[in-house]
Amino acid sequence: MLRLEQRQQPSKIMLYITPVLAVVATMLVGAALFMVMGIDPLKAIYLLFIDPFVDSYNLSQLFVKASPLILIAMGLSIGFRAGVWNIGAEGQFIMGAIAGGAVGLALWDTQGWWLLPLMAAAAALGGALWAMIPALLKIKFNANEILVSLMLVYVAENIIAAMAQGPLRDPDGYGRPVSKNLERHDATTLPDVFPSLGIDAGGVVMLLLLAAAFFLLQKHAMGYQIKLTGESPRAARFAGVKPGVIIAVCLGISGAAAGMAGLFELTGAAGTLSADFGVGYGFTAIIVAFLGRLNPVGILLAGVVLAGTYIGGENAQFALKLPAAAVTVFQGMMLFFLLGFEILINYRVRRAT
Amino acid sequence: MKFTKTLAAAAAMGLALAGAAQAESHGGDPVKAGFIYIGPVGDLGWTYQHDQGRQAIEAEFGDMVETSYVEGVPEGADAERVMSQMARSGVDIIFTTSFGYMDPTLNVAEGFPDVAFEHATGYKRAENVSTYSARFYEGRYVIGEIAGAMTETNKIGYIASFPIPEVVRGINAAYLAAKSVNPDVEFKVVWVYTWFDPGKEADAANALIEQGVDVIMQHTDSPAAMTIAEEKGVYAFGQATDMSNFGPNAQLTAIIDNWAPYYVERVGAVMNDTWESTDTWDGISEGMVGFAPLSDKMPADVAARAEATIAAIAAGEMHPFTGPINKQDGSVWLADGEVADDGTLAGMSFYVEGIEGELPN
Amino acid sequence: MDFSSLDPVAMMVLLIGAATPIMLAALGELVVEKSGVLNLGVEGMMIIGAVCGFIVAVNTDSPMLGLLGAAVGGAVVSMLFAFLTQYLLSNQVATGLALTLFGLGLAALMGSSYNGIRPPRMARLDIGGLSDLPVVGKLFFSHDPVIYGSVALVFAVWFFLNRTRAGLVLRACGENHDAAHSLGYNVQLIRFGAIMFGGACAGLGGAYVSLVRVPQWTEGMTAGVGWIALAIVVFAAWKPWRVILGAYMFGGLTILQLSLQALGIHISGAYLSMTPYIVTIVVLVIMSADRKKASLNAPACLGKSFHASH
Repeated sequence: MLRLEQRQQPSKIMLYITPVLAVVATMLVGAALFMVMGIDPLKAIYLLFIDPFVDSYNLSQLFVKASPLILIAMGLSIGFRAGVWNIGAEGQFIMGAIAGGAVGLALWDTQGWWLLPLMAAAAALGGALWAMIPALLKIKFNANEILVSLMLVYVAENIIAAMAQGPLRDPDGYGRPVSKNLERHDATTLPDVFPSLGIDAGGVVMLLLLAAAFFLLQKHAMGYQIKLTGESPRAARFAGVKPGVIIAVCLGISGAAAGMAGLFELTGAAGTLSADFGVGYGFTAIIVAFLGRLNPVGILLAGVVLAGTYIGGENAQFALKLPAAAVTVFQGMMLFFLLGFEILINYRVRRAT
Repeated sequence: MKFTKTLAAAAAMGLALAGAAQAESHGGDPVKAGFIYIGPVGDLGWTYQHDQGRQAIEAEFGDMVETSYVEGVPEGADAERVMSQMARSGVDIIFTTSFGYMDPTLNVAEGFPDVAFEHATGYKRAENVSTYSARFYEGRYVIGEIAGAMTETNKIGYIASFPIPEVVRGINAAYLAAKSVNPDVEFKVVWVYTWFDPGKEADAANALIEQGVDVIMQHTDSPAAMTIAEEKGVYAFGQATDMSNFGPNAQLTAIIDNWAPYYVERVGAVMNDTWESTDTWDGISEGMVGFAPLSDKMPADVAARAEATIAAIAAGEMHPFTGPINKQDGSVWLADGEVADDGTLAGMSFYVEGIEGELPN
Repeated sequence: MDFSSLDPVAMMVLLIGAATPIMLAALGELVVEKSGVLNLGVEGMMIIGAVCGFIVAVNTDSPMLGLLGAAVGGAVVSMLFAFLTQYLLSNQVATGLALTLFGLGLAALMGSSYNGIRPPRMARLDIGGLSDLPVVGKLFFSHDPVIYGSVALVFAVWFFLNRTRAGLVLRACGENHDAAHSLGYNVQLIRFGAIMFGGACAGLGGAYVSLVRVPQWTEGMTAGVGWIALAIVVFAAWKPWRVILGAYMFGGLTILQLSLQALGIHISGAYLSMTPYIVTIVVLVIMSADRKKASLNAPACLGKSFHASH
């Protein structure tokens, strides 16, 4: 029988290798799965994991898909580090898009470079406020933020459906419950910055915020407090950290990040607000956050890998008739493997004596 | 429009598509047709029927054609990417099967002028973008007539998805037809705000049946309502596809979205280099709207009248929206003998007189 | 508006049907949480149960065997979560989410060749004279076996947790896993068992949707019901009988909205659909704010990994 023995110190090697191990393990199991399904495993693995980073068109789409995931995950990871579980990023994403989109639609006829930043600010505010609900309820009433933020996702989905059918609906849209397409105006369309990688203005903001997050966690006092709260709430209390402040800051940051991601998605990719606006980035970002081991650099890589699997998955669908569901299975598997291998960081496997 | 294709060596290497790299014009090389679906092929509704059309292309043209599809593609950036990828990989004609794919289709079409795009239920075209849709309201008229005759409680239930013109048209057409054979008929409309949610559709069907409805119509995509109708012993109509599998006793008939003839025609046009951008709104007469076999639970006279109506609409002798028809608020819409024009129909957002209840928004 | 056709009994019957899957899943999760584990993978386990139940029922032509298959399917897939969280000490929140994602994808793959197939029908109870009684007959004596089973399960869970030794031990694991361990109980094994029970219940709930309520298989058909079950557990303050209340409230609000529309009363769908979630938040807050009540019921070790340090 095997047993687990705690290491003196977390293994640095394992820290870096585990995500790689997880991806490799997924590839192996995935290949086996494909063989069972009658799909050429090598071609499939290539399309899913390698092609997205090699083919130039795929590369140019990479950050289009990865940016929102990374941005949201970055915000979430700050909270997760502190033990504040924001599971409602999807709702904050939606509410941010509504807030920013409403500003853009209200000012439809005006032009000006300031419009996009204004919309981004509105979106950040909208997302942050939506995240403040679980924050306040936790601070004041000790309500579990996982459930409150999750319930608010459903509320947000209903709100956007109601908005798209009512106040924000395009009057020239044949009655369809969809808003005007913001990408028709340059003032409300995100400009491209590095098109070969798919990085638009939103992507640049994302990278800047990622750097800011890194700085916050590594160098700033608040970052220290956040990490301390997560590792040992008691020690944090003794050190004078106010739990309420941490909760508010963490949820606020993640809400704002998710909200902004929503606005960037609206003005950079989707274009319109409709009931189907939320495609699950808020949930996938949670996986990205964990895959990235809750640190900014890891999240960047994890976001890119996951975005790659989405793109690769779409290509595999029409090149190999791979069912769309297989990609979801893959992503779940990757996370399972990562979570499984993580134990090796803090523990050694030994034969029981 | 002449289609030239560049040798996509890089694409072939990168994508490793099944099939050899393609050469110049369509001398003898297979035409590649791609399909973008909004939902899963297994929805047994909207997407399923489009896929049936795709399979018909394969059956018709055999080795001369290669088809591929991507299902469950959300509208927006994802759709654009998938379309671009398809176009880049050498697909000659791409069918985008949802209204919301409109802007992505136009955007990608601009970048690939040699690829033909077919956008279902859209209204914007370009030199290489066609639009197409089916006159489902003709089908609704036929089933409305049958429903009006078959109902014993005089209450007909309608499971509606979203209050958009397409859906409202269907309700109006069905109502007018039912009323024409049964002046006492009443329509109960339930809005479920989804195209596909078997649980909700089942609940809606149950709710309607509990309120005394004995014939159910739907504008949602799953066979859930039909299954409930079968269980509860009421009648129902299949939507988009023959649902008699789910309701052997319940299904009176079904409106079948028959995209096959149109799809075969368009792919054929690409093969002959005769493809052009068009707007198509076909109905029964062109075969785009079909029906499942009429159930033998129908008395002979009801079945006969249904057949006659189908034939009349097909021959162009009859139009479901022929006046005198008033709007729900009593105002006159169509004068005696006047036929509705396509423009009004396309933007229809009012109930006709006699339907109770408010049209949401 | 024709109120004469409003049938409260009929609505109640529909409501019970809509609430049962939630109730089953919530009951299972309640036991899991009482043992100290938070399993967010309920949605994944439910849909696996839905597809397994469907496949077994269709292939054996027996809805009952289908339900069994569903329970087994849910339990098996929950073992992934159990192994990772109990023996590999992985983070419960992340693992639960991975389970949901994995479950949804796997179910879609498994079910892809089962679209469009009719499952064997489940018979409804028909006790001679009793089922024909006005009101009471339909309300109490004409349901399918699963509904009666689910109510029985509520009682069984309550009895187990509060009146048996084993239940006490399980609750001890949830309240103070270190103490339980030092008393000689194998905390990980007990939690493993609880997780599997949760998986079986969630699987049953999912199968109810695919075999009875709809009945049909389509991918994603559970439509978020698993998340609601999680909320119901808190709503119910971890008390089995309150789970019924919470589940019925949720099911009720959906049915009500549809029935009202069928009556001709139109209330905007989107706004009404929000109410169950908002009400849940409100109740959550009330439950949590009363710290005495909350501390009496929320397992103290909920969500914390246990590792015996020698």
